Amino acid sequence: MPIYQTTSYSFDSVDQASALFNLEEPGHIYSRISNPTVAVLEERLAALENGAGAVCTASGQAALFMAISTLMGAGGHIVASRNIYGGSHNMLNVTLPRFGITTTFVDPRDPDAFAAAVTPATGLILAEVTGNPGLEVLNVPVIADVAHAHGLPLMVDSTFTTPYLVNPVELGADIVMHSVTKFLGGHGIAIGGAIVDGGRLDWTTTDRFPTLTEPYVGYHGLSFADEFGPSAFSARARAEGLRDFGACMSPTNAFHLLQGVETLAVRMQRHVENTHNVVEALLANDAVTWVRHPSVPDHPDHDLAKELLPKGAGAILSFGIKGGREAGRQFIESVQLASHLANIGDAKTLVIHPGSTTHGQMSADDLDQAGIGEDLVRLSVGLEHADDIIEDLAQALRRSQKGL
Amino acid sequence: MTLLSFGDLHVSAATGGRDIGTDDPIVVLMHGAAMDRTVWSLQTRWLAHHGSPVIAIDLPGHGASPEAERSSVQDYADWVADLVAALGRPVHLVGHSMGSFIALEATQRCELESIVLVGTAQAMPVHPKLVEAAEANDPLAAQLMSGWAFAHQTRTGPHPSPGSSMVGSTQAMIAQAKPGVLHHDLVMCADYEAALTTAELVAVPTTLLLGEADRMTPVRNAQPLIEAMEGATVHVVSGTGHMVQIEAPEITRAAIAAAVASVHD
Repeated sequence: MPIYQTTSYSFDSVDQASALFNLEEPGHIYSRISNPTVAVLEERLAALENGAGAVCTASGQAALFMAISTLMGAGGHIVASRNIYGGSHNMLNVTLPRFGITTTFVDPRDPDAFAAAVTPATGLILAEVTGNPGLEVLNVPVIADVAHAHGLPLMVDSTFTTPYLVNPVELGADIVMHSVTKFLGGHGIAIGGAIVDGGRLDWTTTDRFPTLTEPYVGYHGLSFADEFGPSAFSARARAEGLRDFGACMSPTNAFHLLQGVETLAVRMQRHVENTHNVVEALLANDAVTWVRHPSVPDHPDHDLAKELLPKGAGAILSFGIKGGREAGRQFIESVQLASHLANIGDAKTLVIHPGSTTHGQMSADDLDQAGIGEDLVRLSVGLEHADDIIEDLAQALRRSQKGL
Repeated sequence: MTLLSFGDLHVSAATGGRDIGTDDPIVVLMHGAAMDRTVWSLQTRWLAHHGSPVIAIDLPGHGASPEAERSSVQDYADWVADLVAALGRPVHLVGHSMGSFIALEATQRCELESIVLVGTAQAMPVHPKLVEAAEANDPLAAQLMSGWAFAHQTRTGPHPSPGSSMVGSTQAMIAQAKPGVLHHDLVMCADYEAALTTAELVAVPTTLLLGEADRMTPVRNAQPLIEAMEGATVHVVSGTGHMVQIEAPEITRAAIAAAVASVHD
């Protein structure tokens, strides 16, 4: 796939240009709205997720904001899992209220809590397939039923799981979002996000979604649900979200990310195998007080993970180090093969202390609610030989225990 | 959802974002089995903004139609004849797949300006596995149908509409159909045996738009219809399958516009 490194596309005529701008005919106008290289990535993600279409964005956070702003404005309300990525939590908890959009956070393991939090203003139920960093496994079919009983879409962040491990649309989710930066890209070289429109929800059954069901003055009275049906959400996300907010993916980043998508299946298989071996090694290490991964039998969602994620529950895990925060600091500074950085889903093994970094903006109470203790270390297991990863972790753990 | 009312007849339809007026000739777009008005989304707005009032309708029992499904192609044609009468203006009738059978039958029930038949054939037998999956309301049915519907050349993209999935968006459309509708439509199409005899009676200007690589209604199965409708305009679109309006939206728009122009210009 070539990189269409261009901003714009020549029009055949004034009439064609006018028709493109007015959504009378499909095609490329300007790379903020669409680009042929980006479109290939979008189509492949849609195909992998079994969706009607996809819209790529500058980052995963841009994808989250675009999805929300496509569905609601000031006065809107979201019901979200409380166990989500710190950046997403901050957007929902701190930033969006400034624009009049509020969120009620609930326990992702409690379907009744989702239902109880729905108000007449609710326009979205949001959760992660496996929570960050606690790895709570979302019972997608059950929460989808809760959402659909209220005519609401369930949007899941499947960044940790990717289409290789789970197909949320087939389980009932309506929108799937990704930080494509992570496992889909897989090499830590390009930032990008995506929303995949499952296309299964009929937006016209309630009056909760005027952005999709009522005439839109931005396109001379166009009703997206009338005209685009199963693609109404992604059509509006592109036509308004990218046009007006402009958080587009660059064609070069799309090219880099496409290379990752081509090897997703073999990489995820190796990520999962390595994770299994690392979990076993950590469980046997005296310096480790606990290991949290759905493959561990004492994980509360162990059985659910086996049912929904039969190929594996991903390559992110967290564990506690004997000695708390200071031992954690010593461990992270002692790893040699693993990289200490704020990312996941790289070919390389990555470590971080969420309490002071990715989730550092959360209050002590919120951290506690999200199950993020001071001793928690998050590990993104890479593609190196499992023996090398285990050896590196073991030597860093030994160092972390010195002086205790 | 836009519900247009013509007397006692209520139709859910896309109008391309324009008022359809009351007098000018109008294009009526009809979808195929278990689909809905949005299968024409790459034509509707263009036609509406290029001088052709248009309604892409949900047939009874489909999409957001308030009407119950009909039991046969002939019964659907009766309903279309009622719609044409209620519109009270010149009508160009366009039908895709199952809709093409309904359009054929409608020619014997009401006055039309022209018909455009997209992805049609003298018969539409359906693979038993597809019928079986549809009867069980198995998602496999939508998967099989959307997989077969596109030509090998188009099914992997790029979709004319950036970011859309050719197969995925069609699968989603079929998946939104009410339970039982796909099975009902497939059986109804397979049972309809009057295409050829009806085609011999057609007296209005006719256009056929066929996908050269159509695996559901192959061109060879449309040949008897072409021979029966002497003088019909025939377009065989290279590199397209059964979903010509998605795989070749520009050619489809042009063919419909030409059919309208041939009568009124």
